Amino acid sequence: MSDVLERRDAAPLDDGHLKVVGTRPVRPDGADKVTGKAMYGADLAMPGMVVGKILRSPHAHARIVSIDTRKARALPGVKAIVTAADFPDLASEEFEAGESAGNLRDLSQNVMARHVVLYDGHAVAAVAATSSSIADEALALIVVDYEVLPHVTEVEAAMSPDAPVLHAHMFTQGLAVTPDKPSNIAKRNELTRGDLAAAFAEADVTVEGRYTTAAVHQGYIEPHACVASYAADGQCQVWSSSQGQFMIRTYCAKVLNLESSNIRVTPAEIGGGFGGKTTVYLEPVALALSRQCGHPVKMVMTRDEVFRASGPTSAGVMTVKLGAKADGTITAADVVLKFQAGAFEGSPVGAGSMTALACYDIPNFSIVGYDVVTNTPKVAAYRAPGAPISAFAVETAMDELAAKLGMDPLALREKNAVRDGMKASYGPVFKNIGYVETLEAIRSHPHYTAPLGPNQGRGLAVGFWFNIGGESTAAVNINEDGTAVVISGNPDIGGSRASMAMMAAEVLGLPVEKVRPIVADTASIGFSMLTGGSRTTFATGMAVTQASQKIVEDLKRRAAMLMDVSVDQVDWVDGVAVCRDASKGKADLSLAHIAEKSGQTGGPIGAQVSLNAQGAGPGFGVHLCDVEVDPETGHVTVLRYTAAQDVGKAIHPAYVEGQIQGGVAQGVGWALNEEYIFDRTGHMENAGFLDYRVPVASDLPMIDSILVEVANPRHPFGAKGVGEVPIVPPLAAVGNAVSAAIGKRLTDLPMAPPKIRAAIDAG
Amino acid sequence: MSNVEFIAPTSPEQAAKALLAGGPGARPLGGGTDLLVQLRSGRLPAGLIVDLKRIPEAIGIRQDGGAFVIGASTPGITLSEHKALGLAWPGVVEATNLIGSTQVQGRASMAGNLCNASPAADSVPALVAARATCLIVGPDGRRTATVESIAVAPGKTSLAPGEFVLEIRLPARPGRSGDAYLRSIPRTEMDIAVVGAGVNLTLDAAGVITEAHVALGAVGPTVILATAAAAALVGTKADEAALANLDAAARAACNPISDKRGTAEFRTKIAGVLARRAATIAYGRAEKR
Ligand SMILES: Cc1cc2nc3c(=O)[nH]c(=O)nc-3n(C[C@H](O)[C@H](O)[C@H](O)COP(=O)(O)OP(=O)(O)OC[C@H]3O[C@@H](n4cnc5c(N)ncnc54)[C@H](O)[C@@H]3O)c2cc1C
Repeated sequence: MSDVLERRDAAPLDDGHLKVVGTRPVRPDGADKVTGKAMYGADLAMPGMVVGKILRSPHAHARIVSIDTRKARALPGVKAIVTAADFPDLASEEFEAGESAGNLRDLSQNVMARHVVLYDGHAVAAVAATSSSIADEALALIVVDYEVLPHVTEVEAAMSPDAPVLHAHMFTQGLAVTPDKPSNIAKRNELTRGDLAAAFAEADVTVEGRYTTAAVHQGYIEPHACVASYAADGQCQVWSSSQGQFMIRTYCAKVLNLESSNIRVTPAEIGGGFGGKTTVYLEPVALALSRQCGHPVKMVMTRDEVFRASGPTSAGVMTVKLGAKADGTITAADVVLKFQAGAFEGSPVGAGSMTALACYDIPNFSIVGYDVVTNTPKVAAYRAPGAPISAFAVETAMDELAAKLGMDPLALREKNAVRDGMKASYGPVFKNIGYVETLEAIRSHPHYTAPLGPNQGRGLAVGFWFNIGGESTAAVNINEDGTAVVISGNPDIGGSRASMAMMAAEVLGLPVEKVRPIVADTASIGFSMLTGGSRTTFATGMAVTQASQKIVEDLKRRAAMLMDVSVDQVDWVDGVAVCRDASKGKADLSLAHIAEKSGQTGGPIGAQVSLNAQGAGPGFGVHLCDVEVDPETGHVTVLRYTAAQDVGKAIHPAYVEGQIQGGVAQGVGWALNEEYIFDRTGHMENAGFLDYRVPVASDLPMIDSILVEVANPRHPFGAKGVGEVPIVPPLAAVGNAVSAAIGKRLTDLPMAPPKIRAAIDAG
Repeated sequence: MSNVEFIAPTSPEQAAKALLAGGPGARPLGGGTDLLVQLRSGRLPAGLIVDLKRIPEAIGIRQDGGAFVIGASTPGITLSEHKALGLAWPGVVEATNLIGSTQVQGRASMAGNLCNASPAADSVPALVAARATCLIVGPDGRRTATVESIAVAPGKTSLAPGEFVLEIRLPARPGRSGDAYLRSIPRTEMDIAVVGAGVNLTLDAAGVITEAHVALGAVGPTVILATAAAAALVGTKADEAALANLDAAARAACNPISDKRGTAEFRTKIAGVLARRAATIAYGRAEKR
């Protein structure tokens, strides 16, 4: 269900005559998925394939004294065993990879622990064997001698001067003076504007609070899985489920010191990623095992391994202080964010800082972020990394400010909203944003004024995400019967194949059913950055559109040859070449006809475009949530949820709605029940979907999505990224609703029943 | 689970013999919705699996006078389809049907739920409140035991080597009786009870409670038969004062732990709330019969 509101300024190809873009065709990958034919990471089998498994640390923090693999090697059926000794010992080197920047040494040591294990579940060794049970037996025969070290899993405890230090080489960066003692604080970052102290001194009203969120997992249904084969001549093949086959190639090359030309990665169908599949865990290990034994090696994580050794995103501890004039004008904001990075530096606190106040025009602010390592799995990207965490703090504080001012929470947002031409808190000047339109969409929705019953509460929250463009390649080939194939290098995690086919069909003038989109391996299409940052429909879509436009130009040229007229006499109208001069009596030429005669006009018809897409439009979401709390049990029922978002232009509206609904569902889980629970030894206690509680279908109402279309002129159809914004507001929208329902402010996630009942009882 | 052996005997005596011969690694199999999960995860060592589902008495629901005799391995879905059982024991049926999902219901049995010996098992508080009994078969013949005597600690039962439950018997009961079961889970389904409460009541013609049984799940190492809580109801019409007394007595009966699923404090409070609410539902059902 959805309403579409439009403000179309400038989308170049959107002249009101779109035939395909904006419609809702059946997805091209749908039949395979619902009939079980789609090939996911674990579905590939090869002749001679053996099973690879990983031995994981039972300790949160320990020195590896020795690893004895002799007994395991002697077990019949064992083909290979690797430890860190089988991987190059990489030096510290920063790399940039879209949303997942990091350090190569850390990446490699997360794939296989070297000298020290840093979390429960850290990989220590791996075996390949002829069967799964032999591999299990072999793992049990590997003897690892550990010297257990003190550990720390909580952010603030890890920041304390007497906390056990994870990395002796870590000296806090971003301070005026680099400290002379190592600590767990990898970095401090800061964004400031104006004179904060003066602004607070002059404020009529201030609010101040401390807010916490728990570490949560991306919760994709498909565990990490791959098959890798290392041939005698050094040629490597990898089949795996990830958000980027080129990312897998790069990381395998770096971690194993191989040349990219020797690695071919074929993307499997992906069963969810949400950012969590933007890095490697298994692929380099499978290659190292295959190199040792010569067999293709298949590795599939169990759910326990997924929780203990992949993902999650940061737990956060935040403080927010806001100052405002009596009329609701916010004059000052002081935000401190402490984010858990896990075993290696690289929490999303930078993005959390940049997004924290991005919805607001505030003259004086300070945002300080800390990136803190802990003895927990290294965090991975999760939809709008960092933004939901800081938004939870800021949007909860905004709710408190509205209450203190006696002001409608939506009016407070409207009063302080950023608009075109304003300088964003993170630097650039906003252009073509649709934030006020999105606020207006919620104000005019019937939900906004619907009555509430007893024990019910309503919460409002807003959210922002940058969205990115970046490097993409796409090719379009015309088949001899006039149908088309669109080839791109981005795994389809959110319906992007449908969008690619639709944009090509629109430009070519073909029905979308005649365009087959495929996602190609790394040797069959040029480089593309991974699917992340909500970039694919924007950036790869731009490459597809440009390749299609090139083909149209070529088709006109060929039609002119066949018609024997000059090329400027030919128009391309709905997939047919038409001679402008009717008096010439030239018959129209269909694409099928031109394709059939392509041998006479220069050979096969195809075009490839590689680009670095600029001008991705940022996105804003405004969410409204009603809950009912059972005051005796502390149970929360989400009664109603409405999410409005500026999407630029919805290429396939149903999949945009799907993105919004999915983001809200994950956000509701984050708000109410999801959390990593560690026991006193640092062992994760709930590494499974029974006790790590993602929402089930019956936990959610139908999520109403409103698509606000304020076109992005930098995209041929006006598209903006849409996949990440919707997870930013729900944490606070739900939290504010729960607080309203019980008449008490809750500030800690998850808001599970015991916490709510305790808050009610505290009176 | 590399070296698992599997047999499916067709008589109770053969099954008992095989279980005894199989030693400590031998396990009866009902629906397998606990057993197979535990074997797969390596929590249980692989051994001999003795499938009970080919034994005729172990499957199906028979009426014996006013009593119901339920084959130990009868799947939950069969209970939900039995009209007479649903009318007589709606609380037992709703408790059993809370287990898992539609798929799990096609397999999961009450005896498996009971003999898995989890303090959070959903059907058990309802069975205990119903004063249900088990027919146990073993190498030395047959015996009868109360449901609450089966589990002795989390994961441990009182069954001797070779013994298994063949039938569960719900006693005949007078008219104007009703039962109910409620559980608390953070979500709406697919979860383990943080607290469960079963209440079973019989009323006289005037609506006064003449017999009451209250059982609480997940608030102690085994399901608790809360006799003082039940006594708070007898002689009343489940009015507000009686319910308040029930709430307090139920809380007093609790002996929970704090764990990842809930604090001891929370569990205790919720036990009182659920006992109260289940009593109200059971009372309403009893009035209608
Ligand atoms: C997805 C999922 C959801 C679940 N949800 C719930 C839930 O909501 N509530 C809940 O209470 N449980 C739940 N469970 C657990 C399980 O389904 C129940 O405990 C179920 O009733 C077990 O019955 P079964 O017949 O499958 O037992 P089995 O797995 O066959 O056996 C369980 C144990 O009892 C023993 N056993 C079985 N039958 C007998 C017998 N006749 N005599 C002696 N010993 C016997 C077995 O040896 C084993 O130790 C869930 C399980 C899954 C997989």
